[in-house]
Amino acid sequence: MSSKYNKRTNDRKFDETRPIEAKAGVIKKADGSAMFRIGKTTAYAAVYGPRELHPKHMQDPKKGLLRCNYNMMPFSAEERVRPGPSRRSKEISMVTQKALLPVVNLEDYPNAVVDVFIELTETDSGSRCAGICAASIALADAGITMKDMVVSISTGIIDHQIVVDLDGEEEHITDLDVADIPIAMVPSTEEITLLQMDGKASKEELLKSIEEAKPVLKKIAETQRKALKEKYKG
Amino acid sequence: MTDGKLLVKDKDIVVPGEVLASGMGYLPGHGTYRDNDKIIANRLGLLTVDGKVLKTVPLAGRYMPKRNDVIIGKVIDILMSGWRLDTNSPYSAVLPLKDASFSYIAKGADLTRYFELDDYVVVKITSVTSQKLVDVTCKGPGLYKLKGGRIIQVNTHKVPRIIGKKGSMVSLIKKATDCKIIVGQNGITWVNGEPEMEVITVNAIKMIEEQSHISGLTDKVQAYLEKTTGKKIEIKIEE
Repeated sequence: MSSKYNKRTNDRKFDETRPIEAKAGVIKKADGSAMFRIGKTTAYAAVYGPRELHPKHMQDPKKGLLRCNYNMMPFSAEERVRPGPSRRSKEISMVTQKALLPVVNLEDYPNAVVDVFIELTETDSGSRCAGICAASIALADAGITMKDMVVSISTGIIDHQIVVDLDGEEEHITDLDVADIPIAMVPSTEEITLLQMDGKASKEELLKSIEEAKPVLKKIAETQRKALKEKYKG
Repeated sequence: MTDGKLLVKDKDIVVPGEVLASGMGYLPGHGTYRDNDKIIANRLGLLTVDGKVLKTVPLAGRYMPKRNDVIIGKVIDILMSGWRLDTNSPYSAVLPLKDASFSYIAKGADLTRYFELDDYVVVKITSVTSQKLVDVTCKGPGLYKLKGGRIIQVNTHKVPRIIGKKGSMVSLIKKATDCKIIVGQNGITWVNGEPEMEVITVNAIKMIEEQSHISGLTDKVQAYLEKTTGKKIEIKIEE
């Protein structure tokens, strides 16, 4: 099937991401922190803890709790984002937590809590993926024991053509069918920890887009590791 | 599957998820785990190869209570039969009556006579359960309530560097400033002396904390101390 979308509006290759920049230890007061920038989307993550969990009834003697909080700054998008939790930010906080849970060894911290705060200073689509990438660097930077670092990217299907890392412009194409598919993966086991879809795509296209995202995700995982090592280089 | 192959070098910085070795020739130690025939790091740290065992020394993270550690705790609550101490970790510790003082404390006695809220106490951890319930004792040499001085917090993973080999670094500072210094394993540090000297001590400790990775740090700290105190320090080399 030939696609009408044979050249990307931003001149990228179909499997090419926007430029990525990652840095660990950007917030001094936090136990661990990181910045993750992909194109015009920037996420900052700060990790506090493990620390004592209050209220006490939320404590779990078997394992610790991972609390994630996703927040867009009021000036991060073209239209002012009303401060405070919204239906959207609550949902993204929840999926971020679920995306990170499979790798974090929470059994090491019974009755305690690890707090992850993700703030987005500028957003141009793919913000939840940038948030997850930043959060996993920050968790590692905080010395939390974890099996691996989760990586995330959004893939898209524009008129049957699979493209990696949609930007704002592509997301808003109206004359073609656009599907936006954020994916998070554990690189060592290729376990998918987040998969959402917004738009229209066939089953085959969806499965194919996951396969195509895998090599890209592994490349991002390298960037994350480099960011952590950079901090201790001397 | 007899030989193991090391994929990273000794003393490298490793990050979670990094494959350290393949094959069955190596064993996973602290901060690593085995996944089939691979050994993978599960926290950020410095890799140490100890014979066949691979382990990582953590570089970041909160203090985790460990048995026999000497720490400085702060009294946060007074219980029926003891005190609850904040340990600068996710878990608070209990100082039971029988481990608080050499003298007998009768039941129902006024416990604030021994330790008051917000007091700082040097204690030793006697036990940590799987649920991280921590018991401490105040009976033993060098374990007592702190009076006067000031408290600073340092990174718990830099404590060995501040103490130095056989206490060389901390005794250097003590000698230069005539301050009493106690560094708890949990990073809480107590400094007591002349006010000006306390400030110099705090600055010296902060300097060690920030530049802990630099070699020849002792000379640098000594130069700083000599400059600020105006005293010449002679270190005896004891072996």
